[in-house]
Amino acid sequence: MIPAAFEYHRPSDVAGALSLLSTHGDDARVLAGGHSLIPMMKLRMASVEHLVDLQDVAELKGISVADGHVTLGAMVTQHSLIESAELAEAAPIVREAALQIADPQVRYMGTVGGNVANGDPGNDMPGLMQCLDARFTLQGPNGSREVAARAYYEAAYFTARADDEILTQISFAVPVGGYAYEKQKRKVGDYATAACGVVLAKEGALCTSASVAMTNLADVPVWSEAAGAALVGTDCGPEAVKTAVAAAVADIDPAEDNRGPVAFKRHVAGIIIGRAISRAWSRA
Amino acid sequence: MNDLTPPTREERSAKLKGLGTSRKRVEDARFTQGKGNYVDDIKLPGMLHGDFVRSPYGHARIKSVNIDAAMALPGVIAVLQAKDLEPLSLHWMPTLAGDKQMVLADGKVLFQGQEVAFVVAEDRYIAADAVELVEVEYEELPVVVDPFKALAPDAPVLREDLEAGADGAHGPRRHHNHIFLWEEGDKAATEQVIDSAEVVAEEMICYQRVHPCPLETCGSVASMDKVNGKLTLYGTFQAPHVVRTVASLLSGIEEHNIRVVSPDIGGGFGNKVGVYPGYVCSIVASIVTGRPVKFIEDRMDNLMTTAFARDYWMKGRISATKDGKITALHAHVTADHGAFDACADPTKFPAGFFHICTGSYDIPVAYCGVDGVYTNKAPGGVAYRCSFRVTEAAYFIERMIEVLAMELNMDAAELRRINFIKKDQFPYHSALGWEYDSGDYHTAWDKALEAVDYAGLRKEQAARVEAFKRGETRKLLGIGLCHFTEIVGAGPVKNCDILGMGMFDSCEIRIHPTGSAIARLGTISQGQGHATTFAQILATEIGIPADSITIEEGDTDTAPYGLGTYGSRSTPVAGAATAMAGRKIRAKAQMIAAYLLEVHDDDVEFDVDRFVVKGAPERFKTMAEIAYASYNQAIPGVEPGLEAVSYYDPPNMTYPFGAYVCVMEIDVDTGTHEVRQFYALDDCGTRINPMVIEGQVHGGLTEALAIAMGQEIAYDEMGNVKTGTLMDFFLPTAVETPHYTTDFTETPSPHHPIGAKGVGESPNVGGVPAFSNAVHDAFRAFGLRQSNMPHDHWRIWKIANDLGLHD
Repeated sequence: MIPAAFEYHRPSDVAGALSLLSTHGDDARVLAGGHSLIPMMKLRMASVEHLVDLQDVAELKGISVADGHVTLGAMVTQHSLIESAELAEAAPIVREAALQIADPQVRYMGTVGGNVANGDPGNDMPGLMQCLDARFTLQGPNGSREVAARAYYEAAYFTARADDEILTQISFAVPVGGYAYEKQKRKVGDYATAACGVVLAKEGALCTSASVAMTNLADVPVWSEAAGAALVGTDCGPEAVKTAVAAAVADIDPAEDNRGPVAFKRHVAGIIIGRAISRAWSRA
Repeated sequence: MNDLTPPTREERSAKLKGLGTSRKRVEDARFTQGKGNYVDDIKLPGMLHGDFVRSPYGHARIKSVNIDAAMALPGVIAVLQAKDLEPLSLHWMPTLAGDKQMVLADGKVLFQGQEVAFVVAEDRYIAADAVELVEVEYEELPVVVDPFKALAPDAPVLREDLEAGADGAHGPRRHHNHIFLWEEGDKAATEQVIDSAEVVAEEMICYQRVHPCPLETCGSVASMDKVNGKLTLYGTFQAPHVVRTVASLLSGIEEHNIRVVSPDIGGGFGNKVGVYPGYVCSIVASIVTGRPVKFIEDRMDNLMTTAFARDYWMKGRISATKDGKITALHAHVTADHGAFDACADPTKFPAGFFHICTGSYDIPVAYCGVDGVYTNKAPGGVAYRCSFRVTEAAYFIERMIEVLAMELNMDAAELRRINFIKKDQFPYHSALGWEYDSGDYHTAWDKALEAVDYAGLRKEQAARVEAFKRGETRKLLGIGLCHFTEIVGAGPVKNCDILGMGMFDSCEIRIHPTGSAIARLGTISQGQGHATTFAQILATEIGIPADSITIEEGDTDTAPYGLGTYGSRSTPVAGAATAMAGRKIRAKAQMIAAYLLEVHDDDVEFDVDRFVVKGAPERFKTMAEIAYASYNQAIPGVEPGLEAVSYYDPPNMTYPFGAYVCVMEIDVDTGTHEVRQFYALDDCGTRINPMVIEGQVHGGLTEALAIAMGQEIAYDEMGNVKTGTLMDFFLPTAVETPHYTTDFTETPSPHHPIGAKGVGESPNVGGVPAFSNAVHDAFRAFGLRQSNMPHDHWRIWKIANDLGLHD
């Protein structure tokens, strides 16, 4: 469990980091919290000759809530997400999800940017960001661009980010209504057996908008447009939830692993999705 | 009161912090401040580092090994292969079970992770890089990971080194992958009773392969001093003296020239009993290079290659009368030992003490047979926080009782009660040959059931089942019962030995002139708190405060010979030696006191911390005064000094027991569970330190939870380990660990000097059936008889699914 030798770089701004990436090309990788990359290097499944640590890049660390928008710097840790009072006020689902990631030691180091950028299907933030319809800012040698979270993930560990780009920022509109992030895992620190984020709005007795996204139930996060649509205009009663769950489960493609076979995962996914919807509705 | 008021007897007694005191653990100050000294903390001048090239395959022939690129890497000193060890006859080594095991792959590999070559380099980073550069060409062979398939006529031959048809260490081998058949009891009589019984329950019960997974992995530092010919070996050894003897026999170095040191050990649980290739390679590498060589496993090395536990497939038949009196028990085990039989059992017991499988019950006739089988899995078969194969036996009988209760349509608590060995039957001779020293099962059982309001729980459970059937809840309630009897403290030399070394243990005491003391033992703590509890035994025996007694273990140059710490044997054997050595001290102290008080020896008596003249308690000599006198006065007929040594060969094992109840909520839809209540009553005889006992019970129960609810070393059909990291190998954290309620009864062992029986492993032995029975019990109303562990989410979900509860 000892990585191969590598050069360690610690730039102090994004420009410096980008310049290192363009100098070293495929041999360089950026390091955020390190909870995915470092184990891969220790297992010698990832070979990185130049490690570009973003710890000192202050411009990547802020949380801001303004004009109905939340903006998270890529290097904001899970712990900071949990600690932020204004984030808890504006988007409590982020805090709820972050509290279900690993354990405090991991959350002190793990970052939201690393979590969404890597394309690991086990990570919770990608599904959550799809649920919130977040946008990711990618900075590259030729400037910056935005990509919707719902369009970012292509396959496990394959994303819309080019090798010479850095995911620097995440932003989304302050969600309204009820919310829930529901996760089943084997133990603290484990990836989800099934997880689901739901935000929905309610006017009178009826649901006016709904977004449903899931974690670790395919090789990419799954945002189920059909599940959301199935809830809109309903009272989110048992029948509506059943229809939405069926729609969401139709969109997933879980793989068998040590957590269990596909039939089990599909069944548990349905239960978790249903619970997330019901809890979100109870808070709407 | 003023300073001149003499302390009362109670005050003097309290000052000793002896038996029965919840004395704080003296070890904790250094452990909690990061001041422990573990093997990886040992750094010697010029020390090199070793690392293994390991097999990626479960079964393969080695076509070639090319070390040129590795040797060319700056900082690489050597790359050892089997052919380099062969001239020393160290390419294979004997196992504790009478088999032999490859140190480095000799022509083929038999399990994934097997040691192929040992790289020695200036630091561990270079060693890890060099491992990558060793090129090994393999030819894959058919893999067998199922012990039943391994015994098929056309199964691949795993052990080509063993002569076909030749006997093994434990008698005839009937197949090329068969290791032994070991039997106990009267097979014909048992079958006759079962065949004509009123009620028979039959079940196949698997206790899955698990791993002790101590927080500190295994490792060693070998240092061969070529000038004085002395080898020093530091390592994670649960039995340092045995390691010294084995090292001497293997290397030809005389035993007085080998010093084995077990420094602080970060948990053992049986994993650190055996001798591993890494130890041998570090020794050879140090001999070859003349420099110290360190070998430390990483977590994956530890989980994938060092000793596993369990992997027993247990077929049981139990018979009873219609009203529930058990008449016979028949057990047959198919035991998966992996590629080499490296079980850590007393030599004459290839299945350990599995024949304690009649448990707490008065069963008139019984039989058990165990077939050992080779497969393409890592070797091992250690007692993971239990005495040898006792957890398997306890799980087997406690599951069979539950299955029989279903067959009889009877309450499982009542079935146990009517079959318990009665208090007046002790010492009790079991049908499988043991003599249970003492017990009072009915008292413990009634106390446990009352404490949890058993009748109330059953009512609640029945109401829950009805509510579930009406669709009002999706949660079921399980009540897991267990009454276990352990057999620990191996053991009498007449029937227990390891590689010919009788399983006695030892203690050597020196009282210093000013009245403090040091005691050295043949055991070695791995977290059990020996430095705390053994001092308490001595404090009560010799009247010197525990705080003034140093306990030292683990250095073979200074400690008396002993067989080490595992199988809950430290208190029953070394604890007894400690008490006996203490009594020798006291006997001499009595002579000295009588001389000082100018009375006859018989006219003084021991009183807490002093000898007093009978009938004149104001005339006394304290132990401190006596100690001083032993060094500064010429006492006629008495040698100077105050020392004693005792080697204790116990007359019998001890038989701790306990009554556990686990109350568990189970979510039928997700397979998740919540332990609502866990009540653990332990009877470990005389209680030395209640706080240490409670800590041991909490730890053992948590390991039991791990095993029952998630732990597994799983292989795929290709022989790949699927659970080689802590992502997939379940090690509970504080979050997954429930609250435990502990309780006790106290039935002293009649043959142990202080009546103590050992407790460290009881909670694992009893906990696993309690957790597992809770899962089974939750589904009993729907007809579940047996579902194999681990009861992780998907397997519990599958129980519900198979029973149609998701329809």
